[in-house]
Amino acid sequence: MAAVSLLSTRGLTRRFGGLTAVDGVDLDLGTGEIRALIGPNGAGKTTLVGLICGRIAPSAGTIRFEGRDITALPAHARVALGIAYTFQITAIYARLPVFDNVALAVQRRGAPDLAAETLAALDRVGLADRAGQVAGTLAYGHQRLLEVAMGLALAPKLLILDEPTQGLADAEIETFKRLVREVARSATVLLIEHNMELVMDLADRITVLNFGEVLAEGTPAEIRADRAVQAAYLGA
Amino acid sequence: MTGHRGAILGLHLGVIGALAALYFVLPAYHVSNLARVMVLSVFAMGYNIAFGYTGLLSLGHALFFASGLYATGSLVQLAGWPAGPGLLAGIAGGALVALAVGLLALRTTGVAFMIVTLMFAQAGYLLILYFGPLTRGDEGYVIDRAARAVAGLDLSDDRTRYFAALVLFALALAACLALVRSPTGRVLVAMRENAERSRMLGYDPFRYRLIGLVASGLFAGASGAAYGLMFGYVGATFASIQYSILPLLWVLLGGAGTVLGPFLGTLVMFYLVDLSSSVTTAYLMVVGLALLALVLFARKGLLGSLRERALPWLP
Repeated sequence: MAAVSLLSTRGLTRRFGGLTAVDGVDLDLGTGEIRALIGPNGAGKTTLVGLICGRIAPSAGTIRFEGRDITALPAHARVALGIAYTFQITAIYARLPVFDNVALAVQRRGAPDLAAETLAALDRVGLADRAGQVAGTLAYGHQRLLEVAMGLALAPKLLILDEPTQGLADAEIETFKRLVREVARSATVLLIEHNMELVMDLADRITVLNFGEVLAEGTPAEIRADRAVQAAYLGA
Repeated sequence: MTGHRGAILGLHLGVIGALAALYFVLPAYHVSNLARVMVLSVFAMGYNIAFGYTGLLSLGHALFFASGLYATGSLVQLAGWPAGPGLLAGIAGGALVALAVGLLALRTTGVAFMIVTLMFAQAGYLLILYFGPLTRGDEGYVIDRAARAVAGLDLSDDRTRYFAALVLFALALAACLALVRSPTGRVLVAMRENAERSRMLGYDPFRYRLIGLVASGLFAGASGAAYGLMFGYVGATFASIQYSILPLLWVLLGGAGTVLGPFLGTLVMFYLVDLSSSVTTAYLMVVGLALLALVLFARKGLLGSLRERALPWLP
Protein backbone atom coordinates (compact mmCIF):
# COMPACT_ATOMS: atom_id res chain seq x y z
CA MET A 1 0.00 0.00 0.00
CA ALA A 2 2.56 2.56 1.10
CA ALA A 3 4.85 1.62 -1.76
CA VAL A 4 2.35 2.52 -4.47
CA SER A 5 0.79 5.50 -2.72
CA LEU A 6 1.06 8.61 -4.91
CA LEU A 7 -0.72 11.00 -2.62
CA SER A 8 -1.60 10.68 1.03
CA THR A 9 -3.24 13.12 3.39
CA ARG A 10 -3.29 12.77 7.17
CA GLY A 11 -5.73 14.59 9.41
CA LEU A 12 -6.37 17.15 6.67
CA THR A 13 -8.65 19.83 8.07
CA ARG A 14 -9.97 23.17 6.87
CA ARG A 15 -12.18 25.46 8.89
CA PHE A 16 -14.01 28.50 7.53
CA GLY A 17 -14.93 30.44 10.66
CA GLY A 18 -17.17 28.14 12.66
CA LEU A 19 -17.67 25.71 9.79
CA THR A 20 -15.35 22.74 9.41
CA ALA A 21 -15.53 22.07 5.69
CA VAL A 22 -12.93 19.30 5.70
CA ASP A 23 -12.49 17.41 8.95
CA GLY A 24 -9.50 15.17 9.58
CA VAL A 25 -9.42 13.47 6.20
CA ASP A 26 -6.97 10.58 5.64
CA LEU A 27 -6.88 9.87 1.93
CA ASP A 28 -4.50 7.58 0.05
CA LEU A 29 -4.38 7.53 -3.74
CA GLY A 30 -2.55 4.68 -5.43
CA THR A 31 -0.57 5.15 -8.62
CA GLY A 32 -2.67 4.69 -11.74
CA GLU A 33 -6.07 4.39 -10.10
CA ILE A 34 -9.23 6.27 -10.95
CA ARG A 35 -10.69 7.51 -7.70
CA ALA A 36 -14.08 9.15 -7.48
CA LEU A 37 -14.93 11.56 -4.71
CA ILE A 38 -18.65 11.73 -4.07
CA GLY A 39 -20.93 13.16 -1.43
CA PRO A 40 -23.92 15.44 -1.01
CA ASN A 41 -23.67 19.16 -1.84
CA GLY A 42 -21.59 20.93 0.78
CA ALA A 43 -19.81 17.75 1.84
CA GLY A 44 -16.44 19.44 1.31
CA LYS A 45 -15.36 17.78 -1.94
CA THR A 46 -14.18 20.92 -3.73
CA THR A 47 -12.50 22.18 -0.55
CA LEU A 48 -10.66 18.87 -0.20
CA VAL A 49 -9.27 18.95 -3.73
CA GLY A 50 -8.52 22.65 -3.23
CA LEU A 51 -6.33 21.66 -0.30
CA ILE A 52 -4.62 18.95 -2.33
CA CYS A 53 -3.77 21.21 -5.26
CA GLY A 54 -2.82 24.14 -3.06
CA ARG A 55 -5.55 26.65 -3.87
CA ILE A 56 -6.62 26.59 -0.23
CA ALA A 57 -4.31 26.44 2.80
CA PRO A 58 -5.14 23.74 5.38
CA SER A 59 -5.98 24.56 9.01
CA ALA A 60 -4.35 21.32 10.13
CA GLY A 61 -2.95 18.09 8.73
CA THR A 62 -0.35 17.10 6.18
CA ILE A 63 -0.26 16.25 2.47
CA ARG A 64 2.43 14.02 1.00
CA PHE A 65 2.98 13.54 -2.72
CA GLU A 66 5.37 10.78 -3.83
CA GLY A 67 6.55 10.58 -0.23
CA ARG A 68 7.40 14.29 -0.04
CA ASP A 69 5.62 16.67 2.34
CA ILE A 70 3.99 19.32 0.13
CA THR A 71 1.71 20.86 2.76
CA ALA A 72 3.49 24.23 2.62
CA LEU A 73 4.17 24.27 -1.14
CA PRO A 74 2.38 26.97 -3.19
CA ALA A 75 -0.06 25.82 -5.87
CA HIS A 76 2.13 26.65 -8.87
CA ALA A 77 4.98 24.59 -7.43
CA ARG A 78 2.65 21.62 -6.94
CA VAL A 79 1.75 21.81 -10.62
CA ALA A 80 5.45 21.50 -11.38
CA LEU A 81 5.55 18.30 -9.29
CA GLY A 82 2.73 16.84 -11.36
CA ILE A 83 -0.58 17.79 -9.77
CA ALA A 84 -3.02 19.26 -12.28
CA TYR A 85 -6.44 20.67 -11.46
CA THR A 86 -9.33 21.43 -13.75
CA PHE A 87 -11.86 23.89 -12.44
CA GLN A 88 -15.45 23.18 -11.49
CA ILE A 89 -16.53 26.30 -13.34
CA THR A 90 -14.94 26.33 -16.76
CA ALA A 91 -11.73 28.34 -16.54
CA ILE A 92 -10.20 28.78 -19.96
CA TYR A 93 -8.66 31.87 -21.51
CA ALA A 94 -11.83 32.84 -23.32
CA ARG A 95 -10.27 35.66 -25.36
CA LEU A 96 -7.23 33.69 -26.52
CA PRO A 97 -7.07 31.16 -29.35
CA VAL A 98 -7.63 27.50 -28.47
CA PHE A 99 -4.00 26.87 -29.47
CA ASP A 100 -2.64 29.35 -26.91
CA ASN A 101 -4.78 27.87 -24.14
CA VAL A 102 -3.12 24.50 -24.53
CA ALA A 103 0.30 25.86 -25.52
CA LEU A 104 0.48 27.53 -22.10
CA ALA A 105 0.17 24.13 -20.48
CA VAL A 106 2.58 22.43 -22.91
CA GLN A 107 5.33 25.04 -22.55
CA ARG A 108 5.11 24.74 -18.76
CA ARG A 109 6.79 21.37 -18.90
CA GLY A 110 9.37 22.60 -21.39
CA ALA A 111 8.32 20.76 -24.55
CA PRO A 112 10.94 20.86 -27.34
CA ASP A 113 8.39 21.21 -30.16
CA LEU A 114 5.66 23.44 -28.79
CA ALA A 115 3.40 23.57 -31.85
CA ALA A 116 3.46 19.82 -32.53
CA GLU A 117 2.81 18.82 -28.93
CA THR A 118 0.09 21.40 -28.52
CA LEU A 119 -1.72 20.09 -31.56
CA ALA A 120 -1.22 16.53 -30.32
CA ALA A 121 -2.83 17.43 -26.98
CA LEU A 122 -5.73 19.06 -28.82
CA ASP A 123 -6.05 16.00 -31.02
CA ARG A 124 -6.54 13.78 -27.97
CA VAL A 125 -9.77 15.63 -27.14
CA GLY A 126 -10.73 16.08 -30.79
CA LEU A 127 -10.22 19.83 -30.98
CA ALA A 128 -7.16 19.96 -33.25
CA ASP A 129 -9.14 21.41 -36.15
CA ARG A 130 -10.28 24.29 -33.94
CA ALA A 131 -6.80 25.42 -32.86
CA GLY A 132 -7.16 28.86 -34.41
CA GLN A 133 -10.59 29.60 -33.00
CA VAL A 134 -11.03 31.98 -30.06
CA ALA A 135 -11.70 29.73 -27.06
CA GLY A 136 -14.70 31.69 -25.81
CA THR A 137 -16.58 31.01 -29.04
CA LEU A 138 -16.44 27.23 -28.59
CA ALA A 139 -19.60 25.37 -27.62
CA TYR A 140 -19.85 24.65 -23.89
CA GLY A 141 -19.01 20.97 -24.21
CA HIS A 142 -15.94 21.81 -26.26
CA GLN A 143 -14.84 24.34 -23.64
CA ARG A 144 -14.96 21.60 -21.01
CA LEU A 145 -12.92 19.35 -23.28
CA LEU A 146 -10.46 22.18 -23.86
CA GLU A 147 -10.01 22.50 -20.13
CA VAL A 148 -9.36 18.76 -19.86
CA ALA A 149 -6.84 19.12 -22.71
CA MET A 150 -5.04 21.82 -20.71
CA GLY A 151 -4.84 19.45 -17.75
CA LEU A 152 -3.62 16.60 -19.95
CA ALA A 153 -1.05 18.79 -21.67
CA LEU A 154 0.69 19.29 -18.33
CA ALA A 155 1.39 15.53 -18.41
CA PRO A 156 0.47 15.28 -14.73
CA LYS A 157 0.96 12.37 -12.36
CA LEU A 158 -2.28 13.29 -10.64
CA LEU A 159 -5.13 14.84 -12.58
CA ILE A 160 -7.93 16.30 -10.47
CA LEU A 161 -11.20 16.78 -12.31
CA ASP A 162 -13.86 18.80 -10.51
CA GLU A 163 -17.28 17.88 -11.92
CA PRO A 164 -15.98 17.60 -15.47
CA THR A 165 -19.19 16.31 -17.05
CA GLN A 166 -21.47 18.98 -15.62
CA GLY A 167 -23.58 20.28 -18.49
CA LEU A 168 -22.27 17.79 -21.05
CA ALA A 169 -24.54 15.92 -23.44
CA ASP A 170 -24.64 12.11 -23.28
CA ALA A 171 -22.52 11.68 -26.39
CA GLU A 172 -19.90 14.02 -24.96
CA ILE A 173 -19.88 12.05 -21.71
CA GLU A 174 -18.97 8.91 -23.68
CA THR A 175 -16.05 10.74 -25.29
CA PHE A 176 -15.04 11.95 -21.88
CA LYS A 177 -15.17 8.46 -20.35
CA ARG A 178 -12.86 7.12 -23.03
CA LEU A 179 -10.51 10.01 -22.40
CA VAL A 180 -10.30 9.41 -18.64
CA ARG A 181 -9.58 5.71 -19.15
CA GLU A 182 -6.81 6.61 -21.55
CA VAL A 183 -5.36 9.16 -19.11
CA ALA A 184 -5.43 6.63 -16.28
CA ARG A 185 -2.89 4.53 -18.14
CA SER A 186 -0.23 7.12 -17.39
CA ALA A 187 -1.67 9.06 -14.46
CA THR A 188 -3.82 8.87 -11.36
CA VAL A 189 -7.22 10.50 -11.70
CA LEU A 190 -9.18 12.03 -8.84
CA LEU A 191 -12.68 12.80 -9.98
CA ILE A 192 -15.44 14.74 -8.26
CA GLU A 193 -18.65 13.71 -9.94
CA HIS A 194 -22.39 13.72 -9.36
CA ASN A 195 -23.27 11.44 -12.24
CA MET A 196 -23.53 8.11 -10.34
CA GLU A 197 -23.76 6.00 -13.44
CA LEU A 198 -20.49 7.45 -14.66
CA VAL A 199 -18.83 7.06 -11.26
CA MET A 200 -19.85 3.43 -10.87
CA ASP A 201 -18.67 2.71 -14.40
CA LEU A 202 -15.38 4.57 -14.32
CA ALA A 203 -13.94 4.52 -10.80
CA ASP A 204 -11.65 1.86 -9.39
CA ARG A 205 -12.43 3.06 -5.90
CA ILE A 206 -14.84 5.57 -4.43
CA THR A 207 -14.44 7.83 -1.41
CA VAL A 208 -17.63 9.21 0.09
CA LEU A 209 -17.48 12.50 1.98
CA ASN A 210 -20.19 13.72 4.32
CA PHE A 211 -19.95 16.83 6.52
CA GLY A 212 -16.25 17.02 5.70
CA GLU A 213 -15.46 13.52 6.93
CA VAL A 214 -14.80 10.30 5.07
CA LEU A 215 -17.97 8.31 5.44
CA ALA A 216 -16.92 5.28 3.44
CA GLU A 217 -14.32 4.12 0.96
CA GLY A 218 -14.26 1.09 -1.30
CA THR A 219 -14.95 -0.37 -4.70
CA PRO A 220 -18.11 0.69 -6.52
CA ALA A 221 -19.80 -2.56 -5.47
CA GLU A 222 -18.90 -2.03 -1.82
CA ILE A 223 -20.10 1.56 -1.87
CA ARG A 224 -23.36 0.58 -3.51
CA ALA A 225 -23.93 -1.93 -0.71
CA ASP A 226 -22.87 0.37 2.13
CA ARG A 227 -25.83 1.23 4.35
CA ALA A 228 -24.38 4.44 5.78
CA VAL A 229 -23.79 5.72 2.25
CA GLN A 230 -27.29 4.81 1.23
CA ALA A 231 -28.69 6.72 4.17
CA ALA A 232 -26.57 9.80 3.68
CA TYR A 233 -26.41 10.05 -0.03
CA LEU A 234 -28.08 7.62 -2.30
CA GLY A 235 -31.34 8.29 -0.49
CA ALA A 236 -32.37 4.65 -0.34
CA MET B 1 -0.20 31.51 -33.54
CA THR B 2 2.13 30.74 -36.37
CA GLY B 3 1.54 32.13 -39.83
CA HIS B 4 1.36 35.76 -40.95
CA ARG B 5 5.04 35.99 -40.10
CA GLY B 6 5.75 37.70 -43.40
CA ALA B 7 2.97 40.23 -42.96
CA ILE B 8 4.06 41.03 -39.41
CA LEU B 9 7.70 41.45 -40.40
CA GLY B 10 6.75 43.51 -43.44
CA LEU B 11 4.47 45.81 -41.49
CA HIS B 12 7.01 46.62 -38.80
CA LEU B 13 9.92 47.02 -41.20
CA GLY B 14 7.62 49.16 -43.33
CA VAL B 15 6.90 51.50 -40.43
CA ILE B 16 10.62 51.84 -39.67
CA GLY B 17 11.40 52.40 -43.33
CA ALA B 18 8.67 55.02 -43.66
CA LEU B 19 9.98 56.86 -40.62
CA ALA B 20 13.47 56.87 -42.13
CA ALA B 21 12.08 58.24 -45.40
CA LEU B 22 10.07 60.93 -43.63
CA TYR B 23 13.29 62.61 -42.51
CA PHE B 24 14.02 63.58 -46.08
CA VAL B 25 10.52 64.84 -46.75
CA LEU B 26 9.41 66.67 -43.63
CA PRO B 27 10.35 70.24 -42.64
CA ALA B 28 12.73 70.64 -39.69
CA TYR B 29 9.97 71.41 -37.20
CA HIS B 30 8.23 68.09 -37.81
CA VAL B 31 11.50 66.18 -37.92
CA SER B 32 12.21 67.38 -34.40
CA ASN B 33 8.67 66.49 -33.30
CA LEU B 34 8.90 63.05 -34.78
CA ALA B 35 12.21 62.36 -33.02
CA ARG B 36 10.51 63.30 -29.76
CA VAL B 37 7.52 61.08 -30.53
CA MET B 38 9.76 58.12 -31.34
CA VAL B 39 11.66 58.43 -28.05
CA LEU B 40 8.49 58.92 -26.01
CA SER B 41 6.81 56.02 -27.78
CA VAL B 42 9.50 53.76 -26.31
CA PHE B 43 8.14 54.86 -22.93
CA ALA B 44 4.64 54.03 -24.17
CA MET B 45 5.79 50.62 -25.43
CA GLY B 46 7.17 49.92 -21.98
CA TYR B 47 3.92 50.98 -20.37
CA ASN B 48 2.09 48.72 -22.79
CA ILE B 49 4.13 45.67 -21.69
CA ALA B 50 2.90 46.18 -18.11
CA PHE B 51 -0.62 47.40 -18.87
CA GLY B 52 -1.54 46.03 -22.28
CA TYR B 53 0.08 42.61 -22.05
CA THR B 54 0.54 41.79 -18.35
CA GLY B 55 -2.62 43.60 -17.18
CA LEU B 56 -0.89 45.79 -14.59
CA LEU B 57 -2.52 49.21 -14.38
CA SER B 58 0.29 51.33 -12.94
CA LEU B 59 -0.07 55.00 -12.09
CA GLY B 60 3.61 55.40 -11.31
CA HIS B 61 5.50 54.97 -14.54
CA ALA B 62 6.82 58.54 -14.40
CA LEU B 63 9.16 57.17 -11.73
CA PHE B 64 10.74 54.70 -14.17
CA PHE B 65 11.06 57.30 -16.95
CA ALA B 66 12.54 59.79 -14.49
CA SER B 67 14.90 57.14 -13.11
CA GLY B 68 16.42 56.77 -16.57
CA LEU B 69 16.41 60.52 -17.17
CA TYR B 70 18.02 61.42 -13.85
CA ALA B 71 20.46 58.51 -13.75
CA THR B 72 21.82 59.50 -17.15
CA GLY B 73 21.51 63.25 -16.57
CA SER B 74 23.26 63.20 -13.19
CA LEU B 75 26.06 60.91 -14.29
CA VAL B 76 26.75 62.79 -17.52
CA GLN B 77 26.21 66.38 -16.44
CA LEU B 78 27.07 66.28 -12.72
CA ALA B 79 29.55 63.40 -12.44
CA GLY B 80 31.19 63.90 -15.81
CA TRP B 81 30.60 60.40 -17.20
CA PRO B 82 30.80 59.86 -20.95
CA ALA B 83 27.33 59.76 -22.54
CA GLY B 84 27.52 56.10 -23.64
CA PRO B 85 27.95 54.56 -20.17
CA GLY B 86 25.55 57.21 -18.86
CA LEU B 87 22.90 55.98 -21.28
CA LEU B 88 23.39 52.36 -20.21
CA ALA B 89 23.20 53.38 -16.56
CA GLY B 90 19.89 55.14 -17.27
CA ILE B 91 18.45 52.05 -18.91
CA ALA B 92 19.57 49.89 -15.99
CA GLY B 93 18.23 52.52 -13.58
CA GLY B 94 14.71 52.23 -14.97
CA ALA B 95 14.78 48.43 -14.68
CA LEU B 96 16.26 48.42 -11.16
CA VAL B 97 13.77 50.93 -9.80
CA ALA B 98 10.95 48.90 -11.39
CA LEU B 99 12.35 45.78 -9.71
CA ALA B 100 12.44 47.47 -6.30
CA VAL B 101 8.96 48.94 -6.69
CA GLY B 102 7.63 45.67 -8.08
CA LEU B 103 8.92 43.56 -5.19
CA LEU B 104 6.76 45.64 -2.86
CA ALA B 105 3.86 46.87 -5.01
CA LEU B 106 3.12 43.50 -6.61
CA ARG B 107 1.97 42.18 -3.26
CA THR B 108 -1.17 44.11 -4.21
CA THR B 109 -3.39 43.92 -7.27
CA GLY B 110 -6.04 46.05 -8.93
CA VAL B 111 -6.92 49.37 -7.34
CA ALA B 112 -4.44 48.89 -4.48
CA PHE B 113 -1.66 48.41 -7.04
CA MET B 114 -2.64 51.67 -8.75
CA ILE B 115 -2.48 53.54 -5.43
CA VAL B 116 0.80 51.98 -4.33
CA THR B 117 2.54 52.72 -7.65
CA LEU B 118 1.16 56.27 -7.56
CA MET B 119 2.58 56.72 -4.06
CA PHE B 120 6.00 55.42 -5.07
CA ALA B 121 6.08 57.81 -8.02
CA GLN B 122 5.06 60.75 -5.84
CA ALA B 123 7.78 59.80 -3.36
CA GLY B 124 10.26 59.83 -6.24
CA TYR B 125 9.02 63.21 -7.43
CA LEU B 126 9.30 64.70 -3.93
CA LEU B 127 12.75 63.21 -3.55
CA ILE B 128 13.89 65.09 -6.65
CA LEU B 129 12.47 68.32 -5.20
CA TYR B 130 14.01 67.58 -1.79
CA PHE B 131 17.45 67.30 -3.31
CA GLY B 132 16.89 70.62 -5.08
CA PRO B 133 20.45 71.90 -4.68
CA LEU B 134 21.61 68.93 -6.73
CA THR B 135 18.68 68.39 -9.10
CA ARG B 136 17.59 72.03 -9.40
CA GLY B 137 14.06 70.79 -8.75
CA ASP B 138 11.27 71.95 -11.04
CA GLU B 139 13.54 74.27 -12.92
CA GLY B 140 15.85 71.40 -13.85
CA TYR B 141 19.14 71.67 -15.66
CA VAL B 142 20.52 71.49 -19.15
CA ILE B 143 22.99 68.83 -20.25
CA ASP B 144 25.90 70.50 -22.01
CA ARG B 145 26.04 70.04 -25.71
CA ALA B 146 29.56 68.67 -25.53
CA ALA B 147 28.48 65.98 -23.07
CA ARG B 148 25.72 64.67 -25.33
CA ALA B 149 27.85 62.76 -27.85
CA VAL B 150 27.50 58.96 -27.82
CA ALA B 151 30.34 57.16 -29.63
CA GLY B 152 31.25 60.35 -31.48
CA LEU B 153 27.67 61.07 -32.58
CA ASP B 154 26.48 64.49 -31.51
CA LEU B 155 22.90 63.97 -30.36
CA SER B 156 22.16 67.69 -30.40
CA ASP B 157 22.47 67.65 -34.18
CA ASP B 158 19.02 67.34 -35.80
CA ARG B 159 19.92 64.66 -38.29
CA THR B 160 21.94 62.53 -35.86
CA ARG B 161 19.24 62.86 -33.25
CA TYR B 162 16.51 61.80 -35.64
CA PHE B 163 18.31 58.67 -36.71
CA ALA B 164 19.45 57.87 -33.18
CA ALA B 165 15.81 58.10 -32.10
CA LEU B 166 14.85 55.87 -35.01
CA VAL B 167 17.46 53.26 -34.02
CA LEU B 168 16.22 53.28 -30.42
CA PHE B 169 12.63 53.04 -31.63
CA ALA B 170 13.43 50.14 -33.98
CA LEU B 171 15.32 48.26 -31.26
CA ALA B 172 12.46 48.75 -28.79
CA LEU B 173 9.92 47.67 -31.38
CA ALA B 174 11.90 44.53 -32.20
CA ALA B 175 12.39 43.71 -28.52
CA CYS B 176 8.71 44.25 -27.79
CA LEU B 177 7.67 42.10 -30.74
CA ALA B 178 10.09 39.34 -29.73
CA LEU B 179 8.86 39.43 -26.14
CA VAL B 180 5.15 39.28 -26.87
CA ARG B 181 5.58 36.48 -29.41
CA SER B 182 7.78 34.44 -27.05
CA PRO B 183 6.57 31.80 -24.58
CA THR B 184 7.20 34.28 -21.76
CA GLY B 185 5.02 36.83 -23.53
CA ARG B 186 2.27 34.25 -23.78
CA VAL B 187 2.42 33.75 -20.01
CA LEU B 188 2.27 37.51 -19.43
CA VAL B 189 -0.93 37.65 -21.48
CA ALA B 190 -2.22 34.64 -19.53
CA MET B 191 -1.69 36.59 -16.30
CA ARG B 192 -3.72 39.47 -17.74
CA GLU B 193 -6.51 37.17 -18.85
CA ASN B 194 -6.84 34.92 -15.80
CA ALA B 195 -4.21 34.86 -13.05
CA GLU B 196 -5.84 32.06 -11.06
CA ARG B 197 -6.05 29.79 -14.09
CA SER B 198 -2.40 30.55 -14.86
CA ARG B 199 -1.39 29.70 -11.30
CA MET B 200 -3.06 26.33 -11.75
CA LEU B 201 -1.04 25.78 -14.90
CA GLY B 202 2.05 26.16 -12.74
CA TYR B 203 2.98 29.80 -13.30
CA ASP B 204 3.74 31.96 -10.29
CA PRO B 205 1.72 35.18 -10.82
CA PHE B 206 4.09 37.29 -8.70
CA ARG B 207 7.11 36.17 -10.67
CA TYR B 208 5.59 36.84 -14.10
CA ARG B 209 4.10 40.18 -13.08
CA LEU B 210 7.55 41.15 -11.84
CA ILE B 211 9.07 40.14 -15.17
CA GLY B 212 6.48 42.28 -16.97
CA LEU B 213 7.06 45.26 -14.71
CA VAL B 214 10.87 45.11 -14.93
CA ALA B 215 10.75 44.84 -18.74
CA SER B 216 8.38 47.79 -18.68
CA GLY B 217 10.73 49.77 -16.44
CA LEU B 218 13.64 48.96 -18.73
CA PHE B 219 11.83 50.49 -21.72
CA ALA B 220 10.75 53.52 -19.66
CA GLY B 221 14.29 54.00 -18.37
CA ALA B 222 15.73 53.73 -21.88
CA SER B 223 13.26 56.32 -23.09
CA GLY B 224 14.06 58.69 -20.22
CA ALA B 225 17.82 58.28 -20.61
CA ALA B 226 17.66 58.87 -24.37
CA TYR B 227 15.31 61.81 -23.95
CA GLY B 228 17.79 63.52 -21.63
CA LEU B 229 20.70 63.09 -24.00
CA MET B 230 18.78 63.94 -27.16
CA PHE B 231 16.93 67.00 -25.91
CA GLY B 232 19.47 68.06 -23.31
CA TYR B 233 17.11 68.85 -20.47
CA VAL B 234 16.46 67.18 -17.12
CA GLY B 235 13.62 68.46 -14.91
CA ALA B 236 11.25 67.31 -12.19
CA THR B 237 8.17 67.71 -14.42
CA PHE B 238 9.12 64.40 -16.01
CA ALA B 239 8.68 62.71 -12.62
CA SER B 240 5.27 64.25 -11.96
CA ILE B 241 1.91 62.50 -12.13
CA GLN B 242 1.38 63.93 -15.61
CA TYR B 243 4.07 61.63 -16.98
CA SER B 244 2.42 58.63 -15.35
CA ILE B 245 -0.92 59.42 -16.96
CA LEU B 246 0.42 60.29 -20.43
CA PRO B 247 1.74 56.81 -21.33
CA LEU B 248 -1.57 55.36 -20.17
CA LEU B 249 -3.43 57.69 -22.54
CA TRP B 250 -1.02 57.04 -25.42
CA VAL B 251 -1.47 53.30 -25.01
CA LEU B 252 -5.26 53.51 -24.66
CA LEU B 253 -5.45 55.70 -27.74
CA GLY B 254 -3.21 53.54 -29.90
CA GLY B 255 -4.49 50.22 -28.61
CA ALA B 256 -3.43 48.37 -25.45
CA GLY B 257 -1.89 45.01 -26.18
CA THR B 258 -0.79 45.88 -29.71
CA VAL B 259 2.87 46.29 -30.63
CA LEU B 260 2.50 49.39 -32.82
CA GLY B 261 -0.35 50.93 -30.81
CA PRO B 262 1.85 52.83 -28.35
CA PHE B 263 3.69 54.58 -31.18
CA LEU B 264 0.49 55.46 -33.01
CA GLY B 265 -1.11 56.71 -29.79
CA THR B 266 1.90 58.85 -28.91
CA LEU B 267 2.00 60.30 -32.43
CA VAL B 268 -1.71 61.10 -32.59
CA MET B 269 -1.82 62.58 -29.10
CA PHE B 270 1.29 64.67 -29.75
CA TYR B 271 -0.15 66.20 -32.88
CA LEU B 272 -3.58 66.56 -31.35
CA VAL B 273 -2.05 68.76 -28.65
CA ASP B 274 0.26 70.49 -31.13
CA LEU B 275 -2.43 71.33 -33.67
CA SER B 276 -5.18 72.24 -31.23
CA SER B 277 -2.94 74.44 -29.07
CA SER B 278 -2.09 76.47 -32.17
CA VAL B 279 -5.83 77.18 -32.54
CA THR B 280 -7.05 77.47 -28.96
CA THR B 281 -5.68 77.69 -25.44
CA ALA B 282 -8.31 75.13 -24.43
CA TYR B 283 -6.36 72.35 -26.15
CA LEU B 284 -6.92 69.98 -23.24
CA MET B 285 -10.62 70.13 -24.06
CA VAL B 286 -9.85 68.89 -27.57
CA VAL B 287 -7.79 66.07 -26.08
CA GLY B 288 -10.64 65.27 -23.71
CA LEU B 289 -13.16 65.13 -26.54
CA ALA B 290 -10.86 62.85 -28.51
CA LEU B 291 -10.64 60.50 -25.54
CA LEU B 292 -14.42 60.56 -25.13
CA ALA B 293 -14.80 59.63 -28.79
CA LEU B 294 -12.32 56.81 -28.23
CA VAL B 295 -14.28 55.41 -25.29
CA LEU B 296 -17.53 55.65 -27.22
CA PHE B 297 -16.47 54.34 -30.63
CA ALA B 298 -13.18 52.45 -30.33
CA ARG B 299 -12.81 51.12 -26.83
CA LYS B 300 -9.81 49.02 -27.72
CA GLY B 301 -7.91 51.96 -29.17
CA LEU B 302 -7.08 52.60 -32.80
CA LEU B 303 -5.11 49.44 -33.56
CA GLY B 304 -7.04 47.31 -31.06
CA SER B 305 -10.25 48.09 -32.91
CA LEU B 306 -8.59 47.53 -36.26
CA ARG B 307 -7.39 44.12 -35.08
CA GLU B 308 -10.84 43.23 -33.87
CA ARG B 309 -12.56 44.23 -37.07
CA ALA B 310 -10.15 43.53 -39.88
CA LEU B 311 -6.69 42.24 -39.00
CA PRO B 312 -6.87 39.46 -36.39
CA TRP B 313 -3.20 38.56 -36.93
CA LEU B 314 -1.93 41.98 -35.80
CA PRO B 315 0.47 41.40 -32.87
